[in-house]
Amino acid sequence: MSFLPKPKLHHPRLPVNALGFTRRDYEGAISTLCAGCGHDSISAAIIQACFELDIEPHRVAKMSGIGCSSKTPDYFLGASHGFNSVHGRMPSVLTGANLANRELLYLGVSGDGDSASIGFGQFAHSIRRGVNMTYIVENNGVYGLTKGQFSATSDKGSKAKKGAINTDEAIDLIGIALQLGATYVGRSFSGDKDQLVPLIKGAMRHDGPAFIDCISPCVAFNNHEGSTKSYDFVREHNEAMNHLDVIIGRNPITADYAPGEVRDVQQHDGSVLRLRKLHAEYDPTDRVGAMHHLHERKAAGEIVTGLLYIEPDPQDLHANLGTVARPLNRLGDAALVPGAAALEKLNASLR
Amino acid sequence: MKPTDIRNPDYFHKVVDCQWACPAHTPVPEYIRMIAAGRYSDAYMVNWHSNVFPGVLGRTCDRPCEPACRRGRVEEEPVAICRLKRVAADNKEGILARLTPIPEVGNGKRIACIGAGPSSLTVARDLAPLGYEVHVYDEQAKGGGFIRSQIPRFRLPESVIDEEVGYITDRGGVVTHYNQRVESLKGLLAEGYDAVFVGAGAPRGRDLDVPGRAEAAAHIHIGIDWLSSVSFGHIESVGKRVIVLGGGNTAMDCCRSARRLGGEQVTVVVRSGFEEMKASPWEKEDAQHEGIPIRNWLVPKEVLHADGRLTGMVFEKVKAERDANGRRQLVNAGEPDVTIEADEVLVAIGQENAFPWIEKDLGLEFDRWGLPKLNEQSLQSTLPQVFFGGDAAFGPKNIIWAVAHGHEAAVSIDMFCRGEDVTVRPPPEVVMSSQKMGIHEWSYDSGVSLDLRFKVPHAENEVALRDIKTEVELGYDRELAYKEAQRCLNCDVQTVFVPSLCIECDACVDICPVDCITFTPDGEEAELRDRLKMPALNLTQEIYVADGLKTGRVMVKDEDVCLHCGMCAERCPTGAWDMQKFFLETAKPKLERVHACQA
Repeated sequence: MSFLPKPKLHHPRLPVNALGFTRRDYEGAISTLCAGCGHDSISAAIIQACFELDIEPHRVAKMSGIGCSSKTPDYFLGASHGFNSVHGRMPSVLTGANLANRELLYLGVSGDGDSASIGFGQFAHSIRRGVNMTYIVENNGVYGLTKGQFSATSDKGSKAKKGAINTDEAIDLIGIALQLGATYVGRSFSGDKDQLVPLIKGAMRHDGPAFIDCISPCVAFNNHEGSTKSYDFVREHNEAMNHLDVIIGRNPITADYAPGEVRDVQQHDGSVLRLRKLHAEYDPTDRVGAMHHLHERKAAGEIVTGLLYIEPDPQDLHANLGTVARPLNRLGDAALVPGAAALEKLNASLR
Repeated sequence: MKPTDIRNPDYFHKVVDCQWACPAHTPVPEYIRMIAAGRYSDAYMVNWHSNVFPGVLGRTCDRPCEPACRRGRVEEEPVAICRLKRVAADNKEGILARLTPIPEVGNGKRIACIGAGPSSLTVARDLAPLGYEVHVYDEQAKGGGFIRSQIPRFRLPESVIDEEVGYITDRGGVVTHYNQRVESLKGLLAEGYDAVFVGAGAPRGRDLDVPGRAEAAAHIHIGIDWLSSVSFGHIESVGKRVIVLGGGNTAMDCCRSARRLGGEQVTVVVRSGFEEMKASPWEKEDAQHEGIPIRNWLVPKEVLHADGRLTGMVFEKVKAERDANGRRQLVNAGEPDVTIEADEVLVAIGQENAFPWIEKDLGLEFDRWGLPKLNEQSLQSTLPQVFFGGDAAFGPKNIIWAVAHGHEAAVSIDMFCRGEDVTVRPPPEVVMSSQKMGIHEWSYDSGVSLDLRFKVPHAENEVALRDIKTEVELGYDRELAYKEAQRCLNCDVQTVFVPSLCIECDACVDICPVDCITFTPDGEEAELRDRLKMPALNLTQEIYVADGLKTGRVMVKDEDVCLHCGMCAERCPTGAWDMQKFFLETAKPKLERVHACQA
């Protein structure tokens, strides 16, 4: 960790967004993670995405649990709401917050321990309930805070820093998210911001459970020969399915593509996801096909990345439950406490 | 593009903008850190080795370093480098024992310096410690040349000149011949000197040629002559209404001196516009602050006089236009002439070189502007044993250029006397040293101050204008100096990158507060500059390119607005980035080299 805060001075030509903020305005405190941690790059990508989307910082709620990854919300969006929950319980807290106020943008940040071990059930249920959120797992395949044991996402056969071989099967969070009905699913790599930033932007503009599995090398405990989550290994085995651009009305991207190369997917909020195909046969709107393809490529030793699945017209938890649109904190007492007569009426209807 | 060769001393030298811009290449950040640490004497010595007259220059330097200062590109104003130098001089303790010792036994070589100005004295200072016997000739009674004769006392107290000239002339090895004007170079050469250095300045002020000039001659003075008469106490008053012609620093010294000698309505009149004036911005500002109007776009037309007395001047109003060849010309603005009433006129419209004492048959050639033909680096003339420096070499410049010439000429003279080829210049001495103290601790203060430039306290006008010897600038006190020193970005602490250690984790890219660093596929420079995280549009600043990364990409760092905060190195997990202090001292004549040659 650094002892001094990051200098406030910025590049004199640093651009501002539609709100008049620079990218630096979306930063938080200086990171206390180990130097070189992939998580810091993901924080930088979140900062860049929020800046580019002209997001008002006070409209964001960033939630996390416990772990290196769950510390990171302190390092971005210093002017946003935040909640650091008990280990593995971020999805429940986020779900509750979302039910109380659906007007905020919910950003859940978690790690492989927080989401694939202690909070595995919480993760699964928040996805299957269709909570409108962006859920990012900063996946380094190792328990960094306890000095380098295998985590539940460590690949079978991969080697720990001290030489032990992992004998347990790995949980593939992407596979689970697809199976449980996530409507926006992507995988990326902390060392590839060109891919990661648009993926986060698309997720934040998505009206449903958006899940991003981001491989994030742990420089201290999982960046060695034999690791399958090291910078070198991921770079060598990364197989991107597509390249994503997120187009929000005012600044359309006008690049020339050969016919059939590009596919535009319009999201519910009007934003357009422009996908430049890198694998001709891959269809990101086919959930079953995506799951099949993922298994096939994993067996071939590849790490499939990109926007892997998108349901352009999703339905979220509020729609499922038919809840009131207005945040609870803006409802009057009469609506929130309808009185004994209303209770009596409700009870009668259930008898 | 070609990877950057950081072993070439020029590369990192250019990153230290102030040092690169300084003609004498003073290691500025080094002494500023010393001032911040309260090490005033150490800071003075760093200056003394490099620019010889820290106390004088800390008050009067033309400060080419400040417009170059990186701080000026990052926020609004550069670090007040010049006035910090003065702090070192004002607060130092006895440094006599730390000056380079003069050997008791000489090396048998005798050198003559013509003129006792800054360039000659620099030659003397550099050569005397090597055992040379340096004879300094000057027509004045004391050393200092232009520094003593023309810089007004309210800017530079005489005690400062005495002290710093004394460090050179009063310690042995230097023989002064004051009150002795050299009338013949031939005569001097006949005295058997091993080499002669001409540092005689540009002693002739340009005159005015308009109707009425001759008739009113008694009340028209050449600026530099008038200033030296004031300096030496021959002139103690001036008329109530004074016109100063010219837009350079001499004009500013003239008008501010006139203001202190009884001038009530002092007006500066300049041919060009305010922005194009040659005077330093702060000199113009100081003059205006003292109630002196500066009137621009006026060309002298006639001197008005009655009964042998000067009564005023008439000026033609002009404007700048480009002619068919694109050359800028002043043409009549089509407005009525302007008349300014006056009792006296000071002419400060430029200086010329004059060498009537150099015989034409010596083999010393001059160019068509009357300047000596010189090798620009060695400063050797066409007469091999004669070298030039200061204003005498390339026309009027300033003190710090004179010092820089002095150092170069001293190196040349030393080489010449040892029979070496003076065109083969010795390289500078460069030391790179890591500043790493612990995992995240550096031996320099890496925090970046957000303070804006601090103003130097001035004496009130009522006090300052009463006496020409009252120093108008009061200088920073220690506390202000500390705060101003902290604004320095430590540009000499370089970001050094070792590609073989880099794992391309992006930590440096993410932490850099000014988006200097980009990892990207290689390309040609122009195109590469354009696709950096922040495009490198300032072409005067280099980009640092390193190849040999695993992904085949290159690391590109735009040096332009780097804060030298060390964050990239702090966040680097493998030590691929290091903060290394670059210390460069220009080549000086060295005793060791003499020993090496003798052996």
